[in-house]
Amino acid sequence: MRFAFAEFKEGMLIAFAAIRANKMRSVLTTLGIVIGIVSVTLMGTAIEGLNRAFNKSIAAIGADVLYVQKWPWGGGQDWWKIRNRRDLIIQQARAIERQATTTRSVSPVIGTQRPVKYGRQVVQNVVVVGTNANFVETTGTNVDLGRFYTAAESDGGRPVCVLGADVASNLFPNENPLGKTVKVGAGAYRVVGVLEKQGSLLGMESLDNRVYVPINRFFHEFMSRRGGIQIWVRAQSITDLDETKEEVRGILRKVRHLSPSQEDDFAINQQDILIQTFNQIGAVIAAVGLFITGLALFVGGIGIMNIMFVSVTERTREIGIRKAIGAPRRTILMQFLLESAALCLIGGIIGIIIAFPLSLIIDQVLPTAMPLSVVGIALLVSVFVGVISGFLPAYRASRLDPVDALRYE
Amino acid sequence: MSTIIRLANITKLYQMGEEQVHALQGVSLEIMQNEYVAIMGPSGSGKSTMMNIIGCLDTPTSGLYELNNTNVSEMNDNQLARIRNKEIGFVFQTFNLLARSDVLHNVELPLIYGGINVTERRRMAMESIERVGLSERMHHKPNELSGGQRQRVAVARALVTRPSILLADEPTGNLDTKTGEEIMQLFDALHREGNTIILVTHEEDIAAHAHRMIRLRDGRVERDEPVMNRRTYGASSVAASA
Ligand SMILES: Nc1ncnc2c1ncn2[C@@H]1O[C@H](COP(=O)(O)OP(=O)(O)OP(=O)(O)O)[C@@H](O)[C@H]1O
Ligand SMILES: [Mg+2]
Repeated sequence: MRFAFAEFKEGMLIAFAAIRANKMRSVLTTLGIVIGIVSVTLMGTAIEGLNRAFNKSIAAIGADVLYVQKWPWGGGQDWWKIRNRRDLIIQQARAIERQATTTRSVSPVIGTQRPVKYGRQVVQNVVVVGTNANFVETTGTNVDLGRFYTAAESDGGRPVCVLGADVASNLFPNENPLGKTVKVGAGAYRVVGVLEKQGSLLGMESLDNRVYVPINRFFHEFMSRRGGIQIWVRAQSITDLDETKEEVRGILRKVRHLSPSQEDDFAINQQDILIQTFNQIGAVIAAVGLFITGLALFVGGIGIMNIMFVSVTERTREIGIRKAIGAPRRTILMQFLLESAALCLIGGIIGIIIAFPLSLIIDQVLPTAMPLSVVGIALLVSVFVGVISGFLPAYRASRLDPVDALRYE
Repeated sequence: MSTIIRLANITKLYQMGEEQVHALQGVSLEIMQNEYVAIMGPSGSGKSTMMNIIGCLDTPTSGLYELNNTNVSEMNDNQLARIRNKEIGFVFQTFNLLARSDVLHNVELPLIYGGINVTERRRMAMESIERVGLSERMHHKPNELSGGQRQRVAVARALVTRPSILLADEPTGNLDTKTGEEIMQLFDALHREGNTIILVTHEEDIAAHAHRMIRLRDGRVERDEPVMNRRTYGASSVAASA
């Protein structure tokens, strides 16, 4: 429609004139909308923050890591059958490293327990982990002091080690451990780095009571036969974890010469419980937020509807005049819909203005900022509520009989 | 001269609970182009009811109403709105201006609803305001104007779409005699320019401006005759003033 714009503009002018004429009433009316919008914005912000926090900690906890092992987590299968599976070997880890395209890094991992000594200090039952130089990348751990051993040291099976935080503080209470030589079991190792303290996760063994040595050295020093390793694979992105899993599975089946009819003789484990838990928390927050939002918007909508009925009644005569000089029904309908939508939009804007400083408080707990999309959604929602709750009053206005309306006092 | 309005056996029935009010009981009449008609009659005789039907603000209970040879009595709400916008200029006793809008916007409004573009709209509105001598007051709100000036604004608004007929229901009812006379001179002039005018009045003096007088009683046409002692513009003792 070519001239719809003039009518639209007229409608907007009337709407804002009407709102301005009743400033206090308009603002009070929008209270429900304000609360609804504050709640929707904060909920959106919290969920966004939770997502970011989660993504940040995924790496630390290893939710984007696949743990390829002989044993499946959770158990439940035939013990003897699994017992007799062929071991995973380091060549297979290399095959994954070379062939896979969706992985970020791959580490063969093997462990045993030994006492670790420095001078007269001894720490018993230290977990000795044999792995490659990619380990920090694969697990997302940080080096606190010095460095992790290099690929050259790892491949060459050099006698170097990296200490877990607890081992380091127990062996070297007052000394810098870097460059010192410690005894791991019977062998002597030069300390090149100390890892950041990680704490223990979910009541599992401490990750800090460990010593890391090159895996080639490990085979040489701590066990006679080569094999029985785990392969840890970090995916490029957590969202494509399933894709990575399939890729790794395919490569392993090939290098382990499994025919299509044979089932996997290895297990690919992952921390999906963690992801599930996260999704549950997210769902609860969303549900609660949605409920509060819905309730507030509903109450707000009723308030708007009420005030719009009042507005229509107050302006019955004006409606009569407009109809008398030729305003069709749809024009009157649109005029009041616009007024109601504008009223709610103002509520929405007030809501966002209130929600913004509150979101900064959330920011103290979760790494977040109010996302622009949430602001957009909030404004859309408020306009939508305005149109819905304004419809009945606007419809009534549009149906007024011009003669009756003009006679109204 | 062509017929603009043809009413045939128009009735209007109001149902008031148990009671029925026959506001119009079979009105038939024709009004030609450029006629100047005054409608008189006692209070409650159905004058306003008839004007509202002619002005398409209301629809008859039965009977035929033809405006410019089209049957209006069976039109729906939106079609009637269009007719009101394009074909009819209505002037009310109580002015019925939008209180929050200035003179210009009040006069422009029918053109907005008529879908006239902004430049054309401005031009037409200003022309119409000038015609009633209120160019100086273009940006005043109605409450800043005298009663006579307000009625002039209403006339300007009625004129602005160049309607086929101008209807006025007691246009001088809320004005003093002198101001009322000025408004009547405006109507006289508009009539001379070719407009068709129908007005309702209680005052013989006002009715004397018209060329034809229709008297209603109890919802029927009692008399319909030419006006004998016409008051013309020239004969008026009151000088035109803005
Ligand atoms: N909406 C209505 N509902 C019921 N009855 C009505 C309604 N409008 C008008 N009437 C009745 O119809 C009759 C004619 O009314 P109308 O307003 O046409 O009279 P009128 O000639 O204009 O009178 P006045 O000179 O006082 O303005 C009256 O008896 C009035 O009571
Ligand atoms: Mg009347």
